[in-house]
Amino acid sequence: MMYFSRLKTYSILGACLIGLLLCIPNVMKAPASWLPWRTVHLGLDLQGGSYLLLEVDMKAVVKERLESLMDGVRQALRPGAIFYQTLEARTEQNQVFVRLRDASKTAAAVAALKPLISTDNASGTPDMQMVSGDDGTITLTLSPVALHARASGAVLQSIEIVRRRIDETGVVDPQIAQQGEGRIVVQLPGVGDPDRIKRLIGKTAHMTFRLVDESANPAGNGPPPPGVDFLQDQDRPGQRIAVRKRIDVDGADLTDARAGTDPTTGEWVVNFTFNSVGSRRFADISTANVNHRFAIVLDDKVISAPVIRSPITGGRGQISGSFNAATANDLSTLLRAGALPAPLTVIEERSVGPELGADSIKAGAISLAVGFLLVIAFMGFFYGLFGWFANLALLVNLILMLAIMSLMEATLSLPGMAGILLTLGMAVDANILINERIREEQKLGRPPLAALEHGFNRAFRTIADSNATAFLAHVALFAFGSGPVKGFAVTITLGIATSLFTSWMLTRLLVARWYVARKPKLLPV
Amino acid sequence: MFIKPMFRLAPDTTRFNFMRGRFLGLIVSAVLSTASVVLFFYPGLNLGIDFSGGIVMQVRTDGAADFTKIRTALTDAHIQVQGVQRFGDASEVLIRLSTQANEQATQQAVTQVRDALAKSVAGARIMRTDAVGASVSAELFRNGLLALGVSLLMILAYIWFRFEWQFAVGAVATLILDVTKAIGFLAVTRIEFDLVMVAAILTVLGYSTNDKVVVYDRVRENLRKYKTMPLRELIDLSINETLNRTLGTSMTVFLASLPLAIFGGQSISGFATIMLFGIVVGTSSSIFIAAPILLFLGEHRLRRDTVAPVAKDATAAEP
Repeated sequence: MMYFSRLKTYSILGACLIGLLLCIPNVMKAPASWLPWRTVHLGLDLQGGSYLLLEVDMKAVVKERLESLMDGVRQALRPGAIFYQTLEARTEQNQVFVRLRDASKTAAAVAALKPLISTDNASGTPDMQMVSGDDGTITLTLSPVALHARASGAVLQSIEIVRRRIDETGVVDPQIAQQGEGRIVVQLPGVGDPDRIKRLIGKTAHMTFRLVDESANPAGNGPPPPGVDFLQDQDRPGQRIAVRKRIDVDGADLTDARAGTDPTTGEWVVNFTFNSVGSRRFADISTANVNHRFAIVLDDKVISAPVIRSPITGGRGQISGSFNAATANDLSTLLRAGALPAPLTVIEERSVGPELGADSIKAGAISLAVGFLLVIAFMGFFYGLFGWFANLALLVNLILMLAIMSLMEATLSLPGMAGILLTLGMAVDANILINERIREEQKLGRPPLAALEHGFNRAFRTIADSNATAFLAHVALFAFGSGPVKGFAVTITLGIATSLFTSWMLTRLLVARWYVARKPKLLPV
Repeated sequence: MFIKPMFRLAPDTTRFNFMRGRFLGLIVSAVLSTASVVLFFYPGLNLGIDFSGGIVMQVRTDGAADFTKIRTALTDAHIQVQGVQRFGDASEVLIRLSTQANEQATQQAVTQVRDALAKSVAGARIMRTDAVGASVSAELFRNGLLALGVSLLMILAYIWFRFEWQFAVGAVATLILDVTKAIGFLAVTRIEFDLVMVAAILTVLGYSTNDKVVVYDRVRENLRKYKTMPLRELIDLSINETLNRTLGTSMTVFLASLPLAIFGGQSISGFATIMLFGIVVGTSSSIFIAAPILLFLGEHRLRRDTVAPVAKDATAAEP
């Protein structure tokens, strides 16, 4: 027990030294770029920043899928002159329902709709089920598997687009990740007020170019005629514009969008460029509709509805509206990043200004320093020399914790700092158990070396058992906790592990070396 | 100071007859825990934003905060405020809004408060914004309870595995009594119950188990050492023998938590207060609750039945 081979001694001291080296990156800059320079990151609560939890609106994903399916049904039935009485989406059941006017055409309709069913996925199963009745009804039900695949695709795509939008704002080091099924976590270090980011994320930014239906009257109370939507005019609240449902060019066909000023009027505008598909379609539409109005629609609101003066064939265009520099920039950012597949809602927000973060660091550091001193003083008074051995081990424990956290590039939160302090308080508990045992063994009349042997040996089981339970409790906290609380659980579990090393190996080594050097007749415990 | 120990928390050879007070201990504990459970339902816990949902904004003003001005600014902007209160410093204000109708409304409310303050209260800076939607808060609450339940089960399983079932049941029963008291304490002090509190309670749980294991370990050892000693005497002996350990280990954690309660700032002081309370409760329950429960459960069984299995235990064998 108390004998340490040279190899063992050097390994223990080596581990301590490596720990010390690993801490260095936290206090200085890397002298050379090739060095692995890993540091502990400050949590958002300490450096200031925002944490946003976003939820992808899965209902919208389903709804959109059903709408496009309805569109598909409409187009599939038209060539065969199969007319229907009802065509509706039943969102709750994930299905599209058709009732034909003429029940005898059911077979023909089924045949016409068959190509809509796709088996083009990993499992090779059809993405929907078609059931037809004798009374001329047909239901198309989307399969849960296909919907699920679509939903997860929507989340991944959303993450990509959120990332692009945030990158445009110049936030340094944003972290964007999926959480669970349909959620996205966004962490923005240094952003104390995430207002602008939330505005950018909160827009679907689905832009479409559609023709204005000049025959319909949007001022009336009646429902819009088939194939037409009455949409709000963004610049004139309360005013509605009749816009055809048919999308002529989609915002997805944009390759670039930049804010700028119009050279003649000096107004802020957004200039955009289409890709080849978009250019061609835009050229066709504008050629065929000279002197008619078309609408630029963003998220079901008309941004502007200019009259086409001449065919636009260059694939370039300009959106004017009542923009200022900020809104023009935001819109161009959104258009460049692309549309979200579904709306996102912020369901949790936590933002901390840098001022409060700095205060928290100070509070944490003071507590840590005072707590450390109190524990050290207690151990020194309570056990004398053996207490100081424990204190040295405690210091090494602190270094090792910091080293491993640096290596993991872990995030240090305020609760994490509390966790470190508590770990320090608990780490010396092992030494208390050991020292008490040694004291007991000596009282029983064992000579010093035997008392040390027995003391360390017998205390180990108690230490292992008591630490194991604390470890388990914090593993549960890590599994179910979130945010800063997770950081707390990490520091404590880590601290328990390192304290086993320092109290069990390092103090034993220190005591052994001291014993060999002094050969005391009585242990001062 | 540098070589010899300066003091002891308890004399080495105490002969306290702890088990004589076992009924008193259990009754006091049961009464306190029952009262805590009652307090849990009425008036209930002061749920923090993590679990209740809603909005909390911490505002710092130049100099002492003018509460009337802030209240008027918010009322003028037609913002339904749950409370405007001082937060630590005189210059710090906490504005609370209850859960809004939906997530969009929550986000709107945050913006409204921000705008109202920017307009009417000069020099007000928003230091912190927490906005938690109803769905998230319900989930956080469920996860908090799960963490608590799962760790209790794991502790039960571990002690069962390492000791005997009587020890495991004794420890977990005591832990449940400890946790209910902590919850009662929270209800009385009106300290906000949030996620960090769950962490505090779990830490108390882990820590309190530490303490119990120290006593139980000695009981286990003494069971082998003194094969004929009555269990009651044996438990008393074990507690007396480990008194310095129990008090010493508690003392270090207490000393570590103390500065957190004093200097840790508003957000962490509640956490530290619960830790301090939990340490005191956990230490006393190791002596006055966990041990008596073990005595009741093991009175006729533990003596004869367990000596053999414990001795067979490979890890328990002496080197």
